[in-house]
Amino acid sequence: MAGEYANSSEYIQHHLTNLTYGRFADGEWGFAHGPEDIAEMGFMSIHVDTMFWSIFLGGLFLAIFTLAARSATAGVPGTLQNICEMAVEFVDDNITQVFGSRPNAIIGPLSLTILVWVFLMNMMDLVPVDWIPYLATMAGIPYMKVVATTDPNATLGMSVSVFLLVLYYNFKIKGPLKFGASLVTHPIPHWSMYWFNFILEFVDMLAKPLSHGLRLFGNLYAGEMIFILIALLPFWAQWALSLPWAIFHILIIALQAFVFMILTIVYLTQAHEVDEH
Amino acid sequence: MEQSLIFVAGGILMGLGAIGSGVGIGILGGKYLEGVARQPELQPMLMTQLFISLALVDAVPIIAVGISLYMIFAL
Repeated sequence: MAGEYANSSEYIQHHLTNLTYGRFADGEWGFAHGPEDIAEMGFMSIHVDTMFWSIFLGGLFLAIFTLAARSATAGVPGTLQNICEMAVEFVDDNITQVFGSRPNAIIGPLSLTILVWVFLMNMMDLVPVDWIPYLATMAGIPYMKVVATTDPNATLGMSVSVFLLVLYYNFKIKGPLKFGASLVTHPIPHWSMYWFNFILEFVDMLAKPLSHGLRLFGNLYAGEMIFILIALLPFWAQWALSLPWAIFHILIIALQAFVFMILTIVYLTQAHEVDEH
Repeated sequence: MEQSLIFVAGGILMGLGAIGSGVGIGILGGKYLEGVARQPELQPMLMTQLFISLALVDAVPIIAVGISLYMIFAL
């Protein structure tokens, strides 16, 4: 596939560019056909392929789990029911371990959604890197990036949503006064050092969603990058590197989905801990 | 000249990241084995914790590898 491009650098750039829809400088809306177009659009643009694949996979997750729930039996369960029950029980175990048994309606469904959704989006990394972009090129779509989690917009979007939930629960459980107090009194409980505590806590608070989203993005981006580099080799040599990396990548895919979920639970647990001081 | 500097930078990026996380994961695995040897019944719980911290440590060098490969091949 690499033969159609001028050089390897152009091939890599092409595979790392999102299909972008946005507003050109002259006020018209349309798809970008190159890096210059994307630079011209700036903020007023949206990554159509990221949106499509993430929403499609979210719908797939809902469809699979709804199907399993509708056809669930108390007798001998089928394969689908087994898989879904395993996922639900796994999430449930982790929540009871970390979060405990506080009443909270949202953390269970949220964690399950994050786990399965991120897992499915990461899973697209195992589809050979050229299949879908090549089909898209034949259909007239210039760019197609299938792994939604290799787009920082998707991962940071998820982590910022979790962060907003954390803020919400901080205000709801602790109340504005206690929450504010916990921001300024933490490492050094003396009034003259409150400004210093606040700087520390503030940086800590900003770093949480940032590292949460960037960790997932970085891992998947690096994995995708290596798959693309392997695809540059001659076709008879690719399997020798692609196969071991894909097998290792299965571990990374599941692990990163799991870590994203666990960190969500941990952050929400911190927001619920009232009587710490 | 500039291209060769990028190669050197990419090499340093990958190598130093690997050293740090190598030491970290080595200590992590050793402590995990110690913990399991002391209390074998805690093994499943420790395994979960091991994987969490493994993924946290592992992220940094993998990201470094990705960035350095991008620097070397795509810049």
